[in-house]
Amino acid sequence: MKNMLTIISNALCRITGKNVLLIDLSEYVSLTSPAAPALAKTQRQPPKPPPGARVVVSRSYADFTPQATFDIKKCEVHRLEEGPAGKAELTREQGLQYYRTMQTIRRMELRADQLYKQKIIRGFCHLYDGQEACAVGIESAINPSDHLITAYRSHGYTYTRGVSVKEILAELTGRKGGVAKGKGGSMHMYAPHFYGGNGIVGAQIPLGAGIALACQYQGNNQVCVTLYGDGAANQGQLFESFNMAALWKLPCIFICENNRYGMGTSVERASASTDYYMRGDFIPGIRVDGMDVLCVREATKFAADHCRAGKGPIVMELQTYRYHGHSMSDPGVSYRTREEIQEVRSKSDPISLLKERMLSSNMASAEEFKVIDVEIRKEVEEAAQFATSDPEPPLEELCNHIFYNEAPIEVRGTNPWSKLKSVS
Amino acid sequence: MAALRCFLRSGKGAVSVLLRRELHATAPASAQVMVRDALNQAMDEELERDERVFLLGEEVAQYDGAYKVSRGLWKKYGDKRIIDTPITEVMCDSVLAPPPQAGLRPICEFMTFNFSMQAIDQVINSAAKTYYMSAGLQPVPIVFRGPNGASAGVAAQHSQCFAAWYGHCPGLKVISPWSAEDCKGLLKSAIRDDNPVVFLENELMYGVPFEMSEEAQSKDFTIPIGKAKIERPGSHITLVSHSRFVGHCLDAAAVLAKEGIECEVINLRTIRPLDVECIEGSVMKTNHLVTVEGGWPQFGVGAEICARIMEGPAFNYLDAPAVRVTGVDIPMPYAKILEDNSIPQIKDIIFSVKKTLNV
Repeated sequence: MKNMLTIISNALCRITGKNVLLIDLSEYVSLTSPAAPALAKTQRQPPKPPPGARVVVSRSYADFTPQATFDIKKCEVHRLEEGPAGKAELTREQGLQYYRTMQTIRRMELRADQLYKQKIIRGFCHLYDGQEACAVGIESAINPSDHLITAYRSHGYTYTRGVSVKEILAELTGRKGGVAKGKGGSMHMYAPHFYGGNGIVGAQIPLGAGIALACQYQGNNQVCVTLYGDGAANQGQLFESFNMAALWKLPCIFICENNRYGMGTSVERASASTDYYMRGDFIPGIRVDGMDVLCVREATKFAADHCRAGKGPIVMELQTYRYHGHSMSDPGVSYRTREEIQEVRSKSDPISLLKERMLSSNMASAEEFKVIDVEIRKEVEEAAQFATSDPEPPLEELCNHIFYNEAPIEVRGTNPWSKLKSVS
Repeated sequence: MAALRCFLRSGKGAVSVLLRRELHATAPASAQVMVRDALNQAMDEELERDERVFLLGEEVAQYDGAYKVSRGLWKKYGDKRIIDTPITEVMCDSVLAPPPQAGLRPICEFMTFNFSMQAIDQVINSAAKTYYMSAGLQPVPIVFRGPNGASAGVAAQHSQCFAAWYGHCPGLKVISPWSAEDCKGLLKSAIRDDNPVVFLENELMYGVPFEMSEEAQSKDFTIPIGKAKIERPGSHITLVSHSRFVGHCLDAAAVLAKEGIECEVINLRTIRPLDVECIEGSVMKTNHLVTVEGGWPQFGVGAEICARIMEGPAFNYLDAPAVRVTGVDIPMPYAKILEDNSIPQIKDIIFSVKKTLNV
């Protein structure tokens, strides 16, 4: 009887396209999707729900392509026989996860924009929207035990490295629930194996090389991803780091996020050579489409394999774009046109790119994406609520964390009669 | 004829009335000028006056300056005299150190002095010491300018005060102005000076308007480097400060005046060379000294002033130990409540004054 009902129900589903299934039949039916384009190859995969997501739409996984291979832009290479392959495999669950992460970063940054305009966030705020594919692509290609360091446009990486939206927004609003207890602010957020968040342009690069040195010293097969921008690419300390990393074969992936503008200066006005992937000279380099999360992932995997094989450092240039100005005090339109921004948004948006790929190869439905969007909005809104209502850090915290592993010390306040206490 | 004489007489009368009006009018031509605009005027006038002067820094040209201090200068003087650099502080310095020897007079802008640490070797070892090391062969007329000290919510790496760091080094002149008049007069003097000058502005002061007299608005108005100014005379206690905290001292003085305590507020204007005579003269009159600064206490500007007072004639006139009001001895936190409590507030100055006066 049950079998009969099942068969009838399935038949009805197939005919009408509607989803009221009694049993998940993906184990039993062959997985062909009528809508699959010529490009995609389908393959049997046992279905698994995406991590952390509820499957709200009770559509059979049989209706979706569980895995597909996509063409990605071939990377230009420097001092390499060959670069990453021109194809990337994407499973449904990976795709949904990348989408979810990129969309979370996007919504979080836009919420931060609003909070800044309401003056609830103050000081510096450098937003990452437009560049999400870089952070998500890199994280998907490395292990949590690998290391990452970046400059001040760091909220995206803070998230991908494991800090919650709640803690990030609360840090931006300067509350005690922030990841740095409100003491760091936008540019100084840290997490295990994530070294910030650095305010001085280029200063994080030698630090990254140093972390790679530590990896080599400890022989733990970990790599350090060291990020910098097109503006920092002209800093002397970058070239000093290149030299040391190459000389000692440090497992350091130098990644230049080239978003075409160093604050208000376009790359042509700042750099004698804008081939940032070649600026490492004796270090091999790859130029990557930074708006395509799959391209970034494949290139980072390639780079990480290179480093882990003991071949020394490698340079990656991610060609990307930021929608906002340099920071919240920069409207971002005095040195570039609104048309340019609009064009990138409409043609190369990383989130749209991924979504369209998945939709056109029937890896997910539009409704699913909508549901994810709603969930993310809710998460970000709750985080913003927390960030606005959490109290500021208490004054007793003012002098703490000057030294590590020390007995408490006395700290001079603003006048000689003000003696404050500092604990490690 | 009589009518003509009458007319002439009334004309003369009218003229004398006009003259009298001008003489009596206290400030018909004085204007409210923001610090930012005063700096802009100073650079504009010096660029016009001397072909060898040019400005170089990050975003100074097409962006009009990160804090809009160089607004309009690129449009007026073009690429040759207002130069956008890549983000390379060291090169800003090292490119600029030889040109003085080649006869040029560069102004090097640091977006904030925190970034000057990337290039501080060049400021000290190539700019400050060269004239000495060459026994007079190679002067270095260069100005390093930019915002210094704490701003609002910019956290630890962007809030440090470098007055003590640069003030420590012989061969440098270090200026820390407060008002629009200070900024204009001192920047012009700095540009005209044949030595390396570190000009420490303050971001929070850029948008503050001050009244500038007609004299101060003229193209040849300069203020001598190394001379402090008594902003407010007083008899009970001397408050010495520089940059933004001069304003805090004046506010504190206004509050204290209501309680009958008259503070003499000295605006240092120059950190190096320090105008010790002015401070000594004041201390010998008031017998009490409180220094106020935004930087950290250890080895700071206040510490130097106290040491000099002790070593000089004014020591015998002190009725109480000299006291420093400074920033808290910690890296600058981000959260507003913590940041507010990390720098001297007016209440801290008032408290220190009263403790010193034992009231």
